[in-house]
Amino acid sequence: MIVQILTNFIVSGAFAVIFNVPLNSLLQCCLVGMISRLLLILLDSNNIDAVLATLTATFFIGIISQIFAKIYKMPTIVFTIPGIIPLVPGGLAYNATRNFVEDHYDLAIQFAARALMTAGAIAVGLVLSVALTQILKIRKA
Amino acid sequence: MYYRKETNQIDEVCLLAGKIMLQSGAETYRVEDTMMRMARSFGGNDPQCYVTPTGIIFSLHGAEKTKLLRITKRTTNLNKVIIVNNISRSISKGNISAEEAYKMLIQIEEGNPQYPLSITIASASIASGFSLIMFNGGWNDFLSSFIIGGSGFSCLIYLDRLLNIKFFAEFLASLVIGLMSYFFINIGVGHDLSNIIISSVMPLVPGLLITNAVRDLMAGHLVSGLSKGAEASLTAFAISSGIAIVFSLF
Repeated sequence: MIVQILTNFIVSGAFAVIFNVPLNSLLQCCLVGMISRLLLILLDSNNIDAVLATLTATFFIGIISQIFAKIYKMPTIVFTIPGIIPLVPGGLAYNATRNFVEDHYDLAIQFAARALMTAGAIAVGLVLSVALTQILKIRKA
Repeated sequence: MYYRKETNQIDEVCLLAGKIMLQSGAETYRVEDTMMRMARSFGGNDPQCYVTPTGIIFSLHGAEKTKLLRITKRTTNLNKVIIVNNISRSISKGNISAEEAYKMLIQIEEGNPQYPLSITIASASIASGFSLIMFNGGWNDFLSSFIIGGSGFSCLIYLDRLLNIKFFAEFLASLVIGLMSYFFINIGVGHDLSNIIISSVMPLVPGLLITNAVRDLMAGHLVSGLSKGAEASLTAFAISSGIAIVFSLF
């Protein structure tokens, strides 16, 4: 579990470098990734559905990124993207593709549906975090 | 560069800023927002702009000519987005004149990416290798995924320059990843095929597009959001068809 969290820290940092994030904000990107993995693992160990867990993790990625964006005066996407990429359902998409090729359509559709649900959860999580900050902004004004 | 009129210069600065941001992977709504802010703080009266992922339309006054800028090549360089964002911030505060801003923007546009290509490829390798561990893979597959992820990503960059068709480059890159994974399994370096493929494909995943599509859709930029979503799905489709072909071959 600790290994997973640490590797997510490294993976998020590596993706930040691929997207040309400046050196002084690499650490924040890594932190966002690490927190999301910690949440994902905690929720998963409490038998919460993977889709819901992804939604929660993405929601917090969105919130933390917006806080970092405010503190360091940078666009939010700088912190969001390296955090989100490790959550993309690569394994499910892989299994779907494999089963499609091997003519196991029933299994393939199951995996594809789960992959789509997870991708949708990422989108909804982001939307919710944006919506929450909008509401807070209106309250303040 | 010589300007006939002050307004002409404001146009140029705003369009250049928009162009750099759009080409470096900023969200469409952010590009529009930045251009409008810049135009307003330069004293532009009733600026209007319409940005899509492939072009910018910008007009300053009712009587001025409306300008159109076509964007063909889009890359990912968040550093440029950050710098342009900071410039627009200081323009809003009134610290920089239009002329100074234009000079700075020209420099940014010509500037190279912050990290050399070798470091980018190395970090793609690192991302693939550690993704494997993150997905509960064994350390004995780390090396194969490290090598395959790096070569897949360098394939993508090379083919993208060579072919200029992004989806085909992605398709071929994932095909290379699939073939290399089979090869590594056959010579006995790799052990778990699915884990190696999943983690090696990670650097190709369209994370930026997914994020931007959602954020643009939420900001009400329906055209940009949908087209970025389509681009992301096409990328995902290209990757999975590359892998699918490898499966059907073996």
